[in-house]
Amino acid sequence: MANESLKAGFQAYTAKVEKSLEKFPERKNLESNRLYTPLDIEGFDYEKDLGFPGQYPFTRGVQPTMYRGRFWTMRMYAGFATAEESNKRYRYLLASGGSGLSCAFDLPTQIGYDSDHPMAEGEVGKVGVAIDSLADMEILFDGIPLDKVSTSMTINAPASVLLAMYIAVAEKQGVSPDKLAGTIQNDILKEYAARGTYIFPPKPSMRLITNIFEYCSKHVPSWNTISISGYHIREAGSTASQEIAFTIADGIAYVEAAIKAGMDVDDFAGRLSFFWNAHNNVLEEVAKFRASRRIWAKVMKERFNAKQAKSQMLRVHTQTAGSMLTAQQPDNNIVRVALQTAAAVMGGTQSLHTNSKDEALALPTEESVRIALRTQQIVAYESGLADTVDPLAGSYYVEALTNKIEAEAWEYIKKIDEIGGAPAAIEKGYIQKEIQESAYKWQMQVEKGERVIVGVNKFQIEEQAPKNLLRVDASVGELQKKKIADLKARRDNAKVEAALAALKTACADESVNLMPIILDAVRAYATEGEICGVMREVFGEYQASTTL
Amino acid sequence: MEKRIRVLVAKPGLDGHDRGAKVVARALRDAGFEVIYTGIRLTPEQIVAASVQEDVNVVALSLLSGAHNTLFPKVVEQLKEKGLNDILVIGGGVIPDADIPFLKEHGVAEVFTPGTPTTKIVDFIKENVK
Repeated sequence: MANESLKAGFQAYTAKVEKSLEKFPERKNLESNRLYTPLDIEGFDYEKDLGFPGQYPFTRGVQPTMYRGRFWTMRMYAGFATAEESNKRYRYLLASGGSGLSCAFDLPTQIGYDSDHPMAEGEVGKVGVAIDSLADMEILFDGIPLDKVSTSMTINAPASVLLAMYIAVAEKQGVSPDKLAGTIQNDILKEYAARGTYIFPPKPSMRLITNIFEYCSKHVPSWNTISISGYHIREAGSTASQEIAFTIADGIAYVEAAIKAGMDVDDFAGRLSFFWNAHNNVLEEVAKFRASRRIWAKVMKERFNAKQAKSQMLRVHTQTAGSMLTAQQPDNNIVRVALQTAAAVMGGTQSLHTNSKDEALALPTEESVRIALRTQQIVAYESGLADTVDPLAGSYYVEALTNKIEAEAWEYIKKIDEIGGAPAAIEKGYIQKEIQESAYKWQMQVEKGERVIVGVNKFQIEEQAPKNLLRVDASVGELQKKKIADLKARRDNAKVEAALAALKTACADESVNLMPIILDAVRAYATEGEICGVMREVFGEYQASTTL
Repeated sequence: MEKRIRVLVAKPGLDGHDRGAKVVARALRDAGFEVIYTGIRLTPEQIVAASVQEDVNVVALSLLSGAHNTLFPKVVEQLKEKGLNDILVIGGGVIPDADIPFLKEHGVAEVFTPGTPTTKIVDFIKENVK
């Protein structure tokens, strides 16, 4: 009965509004519903749809008290030029109140080329730090106790090599692997679909990933063995629903691969982590975080029969949307990042990187990084957004939007299942095509002025070229080349040869876990390029097909 | 009938960010050009070879990694070595204003930075193609 009266009231309201529209027209291109009421969440069941924080289906968050216990980890992604320079930046961030490290590697490192490789020309030290061997890694973490900080490494195709280097540095500090905390991105599927730093074809890549899952479950139990990433899918232009759908589809593929390799789901699923984008539309983003947790919990419980709560939890790192930063009037980006931070926090992220205002122009300066970190601290300490758990729950709009995003994501997941899973959908170019369509649609909306980007297609001003941008010295490439030459002259080359030969044999035998063998090669100071070179020889290289 | 303008959209270096390259490629196609997109991670040699093979009028380079000062001039240089002086080379990506004069001195006709409407690129090509 109450519902009947509500429906009547809503109809009366709508009729009244319709009448007034001629006099008071609404803005164009708005979200379709003007107003949300209980009618939009009919059948809403608190216990089933939300539950309590830290409980299935984890809609309200993965921990019982969320930020009332401690804040999210403020983890600033950084790295550029040499290990020496980046070490300085890491120490600066830790001294400024950052609570964890996040390493950005340069592209040659991410693609398994040493700095002296012809393909590395011009790229050394540009988008991250250049790491060629354990010697560089020792410098990168010099004076940083690895049993005290947690470290996230954005490394995918050669994740095994960089993780091995991290373990080897810890050994030298007297820290055993079971004391290490951190994350490797290790998510190759989204590299094929959206980010581009792949090396090997899917099959050996999936083997490396499951080798890491298995090795870490035994030796590095507090390590997040993968960060299944929607961030780059969103940056490539996807919608919010596509971001979580394609990423969860990737997650399903990794779980399937590990189970196929003989692992028990509860032995590794608790160490899977995710990576979301915090985009501009605040409430849509909050709903996206909530929907993603609910979907993953259902996938793990219903599809994979995961028993432990930890295996059903979607724990997530977040980065604010780099693609939403504007080169025009860059100070405005501080405001964008603050809103994106609010979204990630109300969405219940476990850790967060905030972008700096100058990143549409270059790598950030120390000053702009500080503002980005301070943005998180202001949201944490001053805004009140972190004072209660899942503060937007029960909002008609946010609950309806959470349901809508969940439904759209399930549609995609079903579609991808029909194609044969995420690897097949990527191979067929389906996922790439969907992302491209959304990216093009967005760009056309901006160009037609249907979507306003402040300072870009509205409210423009004449501007001076920005000053004080960070520049990576071109000499970094030469410096790294010299370091490699020196290393090769002083290390025990016979030992390196033997380690690489052992690796080659092991690569050819699928039953062998490659992690201990890679670790041996790393300890002998084989370079990353040498190790990946051996794997390239045996595994071959991925050839991308491009679709337009 | 006039021959359609042929454009090679290419990504030199190791950078995988191709949202911009793909959006531009599609916008150029919608504007009536013949567009070939090379995909990511190409050497300057491969880009020049593709330009010859596809007989293009324009090479549009996209790079967000900061390696533009090394790689864009290399493409121009190698095109010239092959005698392809008529090809219009343009660039785009995360490129600081301070680098643009250097790139122009080295044969890049124009550089389009973030926020550029695709129509501006279309117009530039129409006005400057040889």
